[in-house]
Amino acid sequence: MGRVIGLVAYHVFKESVRDKVLYNLALFAILLIGASYLMGQLTAGQDIKIIKDLGLAASSVFGLFIAVFIGVGLVWKEVDKRSVYNLLVKPLRRYEFIIGKFLGLALTLLVNIAVMALALYVVLALMNWLQPAVGKASVDAPVLDPQLLKAFALLYVQLLVVTSVALFFSTFSGPMLSAAFTFGLYVVGHFNADLAHFENVVKSPAAAWLGKALYYLLPNLAPFDVKAAVVHGQVVSAGYVALTAAYGVLYAGAMLTLAILIFARRDFK
Amino acid sequence: MLALETDNLTKDYAVGFWRSRPYRALDRLSLRVEANEVFGFLGPNGAGKTTTLKLLTELIYPTSGRISILGRPPGDSEVRRRVGYLPEAPYFYDYLSAEELLTYFAGLFGLRGQARRARVAGLLDKVGIAGERRLPLRKFSKGMLQRVGLAQALLNEPEVVFLDEPMSGLDPLGRRDVRTLILELRDRGCTVFFSSHILSDAEALCSRVGIIVGGQLVTSGRLSEILAFQVTGWELVIANLDPAALTAFGDSIRRVTPISDGRYMIEVSADIEPERILGHLRAQGSQFISLNPVRTTLEDYFVQQVTARQAAPPAGRVMPEG
Repeated sequence: MGRVIGLVAYHVFKESVRDKVLYNLALFAILLIGASYLMGQLTAGQDIKIIKDLGLAASSVFGLFIAVFIGVGLVWKEVDKRSVYNLLVKPLRRYEFIIGKFLGLALTLLVNIAVMALALYVVLALMNWLQPAVGKASVDAPVLDPQLLKAFALLYVQLLVVTSVALFFSTFSGPMLSAAFTFGLYVVGHFNADLAHFENVVKSPAAAWLGKALYYLLPNLAPFDVKAAVVHGQVVSAGYVALTAAYGVLYAGAMLTLAILIFARRDFK
Repeated sequence: MLALETDNLTKDYAVGFWRSRPYRALDRLSLRVEANEVFGFLGPNGAGKTTTLKLLTELIYPTSGRISILGRPPGDSEVRRRVGYLPEAPYFYDYLSAEELLTYFAGLFGLRGQARRARVAGLLDKVGIAGERRLPLRKFSKGMLQRVGLAQALLNEPEVVFLDEPMSGLDPLGRRDVRTLILELRDRGCTVFFSSHILSDAEALCSRVGIIVGGQLVTSGRLSEILAFQVTGWELVIANLDPAALTAFGDSIRRVTPISDGRYMIEVSADIEPERILGHLRAQGSQFISLNPVRTTLEDYFVQQVTARQAAPPAGRVMPEG
């Protein structure tokens, strides 16, 4: 089982490399280096914070675009172009196909996030080395703060959730609609906490109940965003990271299960 | 031993957006294919050939009925290891080369290392694309993709092969190669089930055929049993002919076609002995060139069946609008 899943996953990664998806890393590096140069010209003291903020925000945006735009095509493209016919008649179960597709994109995202994290550390180290005064002015958090890794880790798990949502829609819907739904859920997911206390805003018990139901149903993505806390040197505990990551993995698992259930009974007309 | 058996296999699709109605794509198909047979599954476009093949490979699920391949249900993992499938107009990943694609698929069958390399190289060679093995598949022509499709269907040295329109998109050379390949598979002990609307392929290859029209199996069996090879008339070629000499035979002369300079082709019905006509024409000074019997061909039979079915659609098949 694991071997065939691995083969499917490896080929998703191979396709993303050959389709030049990883070129976004070059864009990321240029953005970061260009920004750090500009910051050095403009401000004093705050530039390390800004670079950290920019690095994390850019990683988040690039990662989101990869997760959504590759994610919505993962299954849909195979079905639309009928390449899936050749695969599913071989000793590869439909659920293995779905899991393989997911893991393939998870690997692509992992490489992306890892390289972006490394690039951010390199830029920060260079800034610190070239202008030691800047580093000393950064009082909230050390320049090469290991906490950044926690922000990257949570960002990665968040992208896995987004990927699972995109893949779920991809099993029964076209890419435009899937992308719209996934982006929609991403935005809603960041304001999800408001739904939990909907009864404070509306008087109708039915609406409050609906708000509560949606709160549990929709992904809660706000806890994954610890950029501001990390940049300002606030401690993000390992327990918090573990709990949030566990929620993300469970949510992605549930979406994958739904995707598998839909895909398992699907007719390829 | 039976390689394939279907029993009242039926597939309905829902058509229409708001008020969906069932559309019967396949209606109670019962077939039996013996091991080591080359079985031709024939029918016009839209008859239900591809639907049947997709049901056999479990790309779609039946509404009712039963399928047994090598004595097991079609989704069984053992069946998947022993069956090969070429879809109609196959498409493969643009980013891979033919060699990479076959290596990927061979891995799904658990082939590794030297055995995998040897199998892939052998098949690329067999289907005639060894020279293009490193070329990205996006640069392949339709005919070359069809060859890749055949190669991937044979990666596991299958016992049963399902080929959906295997000659489609191939030039005459390619078609000859595929015919040879199918016969080689048969000689190796493989059961070949292929769909086609090209009847000459079926006549050249099949031990048995099934003809499907409008989702229903019209007939199946040996070609000789189906057609009975009846002589339906005669075709004579005569030189130095005066066509007026034929009036003596009345309606027995179906058609007279001039070829060149007093040479004619005469189609005669089977109710008259051709020797009588020949004797009469010789006495008139004509020369006999050739005489051939006209038999019912698979094509004639096919056209008859399709025309009859289309004139009276079978009850129970709800046709989609538009």
